[in-house]
Amino acid sequence: MPDTSHLFTSLPTWQWQLLLAVPLIPLVGYVIQIFWGKHLPRQGDWLLTAGMGVVMCITVYMFFIARGHSSGEGYFIAESLRDGFGWDWLHRARPQAEGLSLPTGLMYDGLGAAMLAVVGVVSFFVHLFSTGYMKGDRRYHIFFANISLFTFAMLGLVLSDNILFLFIFWELMGLMSYLLIGHFSQDPTSHRIRQAAAACKKAFMTTRVGDTCLLFGMAMFYFLLPEHFNELVEQGKIHADKIGGTFNFTLLWQRASMVVEANGGAYPIWMTTAGLFIFGGTVGKSAQFPLHIWLPDAMEGPTPVSAMIHAATMVAAGVFLLGRTFPLMSPTVLAVVAAVGGFTALFAATIGCTVFDIKGVLAYSTISQLGFMVASIGCGALGLVAGLFHMVTHAFFKSCLFLSAGSVIHGCHHEQDMRKMGGLRKKMPITFACMLICSLSISGMPLFAGFYSKDRIIAAAFGGLSLNFNGGTFAATVFLPLAACLTTFYMFRLIFMTFFGEPRDHHVDEHAHESPWNMTVAISVLATLGLFGGYFWLMHPTSPLGAHGTWFTEMVDWRTMYPGVDLTRTNLAGMAASVPHAAAHGGSALHEAGAAAEHLAHFYHGFNPHVTAMIASLAVLLIGIALAVQMYLRRKWNPAKVTGALGEGYVWVANKYYIDEAVQATVIRGTIGLAAIQRWIDENIVDGLVLTVGRIGKALGFFSAWFDKHVVDGLVNLVGGLTQAFGSIARLFQSGRIQQYVSFAVAGGILVAAFHLLT
Amino acid sequence: MGLSAYLTVSILLFTLGVICIISRRNVLYVLMGIEMILNASSINFAAFNRFNGGGLEGRMFVIFIIILAAAEAAVALAIVLNVFHLFHSVKPSEADLLRE
Repeated sequence: MPDTSHLFTSLPTWQWQLLLAVPLIPLVGYVIQIFWGKHLPRQGDWLLTAGMGVVMCITVYMFFIARGHSSGEGYFIAESLRDGFGWDWLHRARPQAEGLSLPTGLMYDGLGAAMLAVVGVVSFFVHLFSTGYMKGDRRYHIFFANISLFTFAMLGLVLSDNILFLFIFWELMGLMSYLLIGHFSQDPTSHRIRQAAAACKKAFMTTRVGDTCLLFGMAMFYFLLPEHFNELVEQGKIHADKIGGTFNFTLLWQRASMVVEANGGAYPIWMTTAGLFIFGGTVGKSAQFPLHIWLPDAMEGPTPVSAMIHAATMVAAGVFLLGRTFPLMSPTVLAVVAAVGGFTALFAATIGCTVFDIKGVLAYSTISQLGFMVASIGCGALGLVAGLFHMVTHAFFKSCLFLSAGSVIHGCHHEQDMRKMGGLRKKMPITFACMLICSLSISGMPLFAGFYSKDRIIAAAFGGLSLNFNGGTFAATVFLPLAACLTTFYMFRLIFMTFFGEPRDHHVDEHAHESPWNMTVAISVLATLGLFGGYFWLMHPTSPLGAHGTWFTEMVDWRTMYPGVDLTRTNLAGMAASVPHAAAHGGSALHEAGAAAEHLAHFYHGFNPHVTAMIASLAVLLIGIALAVQMYLRRKWNPAKVTGALGEGYVWVANKYYIDEAVQATVIRGTIGLAAIQRWIDENIVDGLVLTVGRIGKALGFFSAWFDKHVVDGLVNLVGGLTQAFGSIARLFQSGRIQQYVSFAVAGGILVAAFHLLT
Repeated sequence: MGLSAYLTVSILLFTLGVICIISRRNVLYVLMGIEMILNASSINFAAFNRFNGGGLEGRMFVIFIIILAAAEAAVALAIVLNVFHLFHSVKPSEADLLRE
């Protein structure tokens, strides 16, 4: 294991305090807003937006601090448990609960720093944008409160140092997503109440499937890892003390890798299962096939929500989770990850080409891009960095695209159908410019942010395939370039249909206008980041096409990202083939790691995936643009004829592969059917049992009542009656006449005397 | 005359008293019947005293009974007066409130 301890950094206390303030500011804002927001001037939007401004400043400042620490040769990781910014959850309250200690704290490493800055920046500009976009909404203050609490959850998720707290914030985000998608369902003047209500319900239930998987995965690591670890300690294969369960990321990475190393580099089967369960969480949250169905429907929410939650932050949390749990993933899991991601990328891109709703296109685009990230992570350690980098760049340009789409919708008075737009570039020049920049970026135009990350992903896929041929890398290699081509096509289709050509609907065109300053500023800044975000990658500003970069990789590097874990020994994920080769050299762990890296370099000399990937991505870019130009700008090929020529295939795609219908027919029908069966069982068997018991009880009661009435009461009455009868006889003697008494007395005396005399 | 003659008179007197108590409709006669019974017992005391050594005990009892009868007559007459006030009658058959 290479010695990385000198790379550790500890932050001073005041910087931890700053980091702790990051999630707390929106939380405090939420509390103020939910109770008093309605009575504040402007319904409190300035308060939360200013709070987010502070958060943005802190996150960006801390980002540069982190960058300062990480310059040179790698990463820094700092956990605040040591520094007093953590606590033992549940432990102090119940000291008698042996072994149930859940220490939690803040974790701030390269990946966290990058993600935190992205969330801070995007959140602030979405808040700013919302002050214009949501103006006049009936539930304006509630909207701001919810979006603020969502930001709290996302920031907390990024700062969590253990998977349990990550999960808690993960669920909180799910709830806020539900509330925000359903924003208009509570607005009696909205004409889409039902759709909004159905969409938020669908989003919540679908992601719940993934969340349940994640919970299983967490529980398996908590319980099975110490079990296996202690077993190996007993066998003498690991020289360490016995351990208990933990949720802490650092400990999980290290212990899992120790178990794998003691196993001779092979992942135990339970770890593969648990890894698949954790990936299930990503599938749900990041809208991967087959749980992607909620994300397009989630567009019922207000556009700023789509931009922030369903493009930049929450859906990226699934990818972030993969980054946090990467050392726990076995090669089998990674193959599945790559296959699912690659398939989703292509699959969603095809649907994106057929949608006419401007937000719908972007929704499918988001699914597709998330597929890129997931597939990239599945392609191995180099892909991991590429995927996480794409997560960062995508957050900027996709949130900008959504906000620009929101600006268009706002300008066109809530018209979302692209067929009714057209020629808007003169009326909305700023929106047009921003959207064009970000479309070029997402398409992978050189020098734009998306180029660097997407190129890197395709390179990782190619490299992964050449080193470790399996279904996952093969799927990624085949699907990702195709998906990249379609990405370009549908983005330019959107641009041409919306901003070029002649106005197609006079009513919409007459009222079209540029948005107010707070919206244009937000999209302009995000577009700038979407343009320049890629330079985070570059080492030499003078050679912008250089494939090796440091800006991002300085902070997020697969070799040093997980302290105490040597991926070359255990996983190297996707490059596992090189491990036996390296091990054959013998020698120290450090030497082996170096040998593996050399081996890698040797591979890359023979076949340079970067050049191939760059050529491939440029080719698909040009094909995509050319197609879009021919069909939607110059109108040489009539789209109707093209779709007609595609025939049944087009219908199939335009109906989203009938997945919603399939889910409706299988899962939902199945659930309803199951519920009907359960109802029948309830009504007939369970209720029947209860009713039978009741009836038996009732019958017994009747018998008991009869017995009481006739036997017990009869006896009592008999005694009473006898006494009464006796009394009424005795009463005859009680006449009250003295003379009679005297007569009786005399008669008695005579009787006694007679008796005496006769005996 | 022997003891039986005294006792015969006493029995007659007692029987007459009892019959008087039972049969008469006026409460004064009932009182008179009681006096007769008391006198019958006095005769018995006197007779037994005489034929049993002639001490003082029997005579003392007779004197005691006479005094007791006088007191009883005084109390009884007061009761009779009250009964008359209450029932406007001196018939013992009508003063039957004791039945209740």
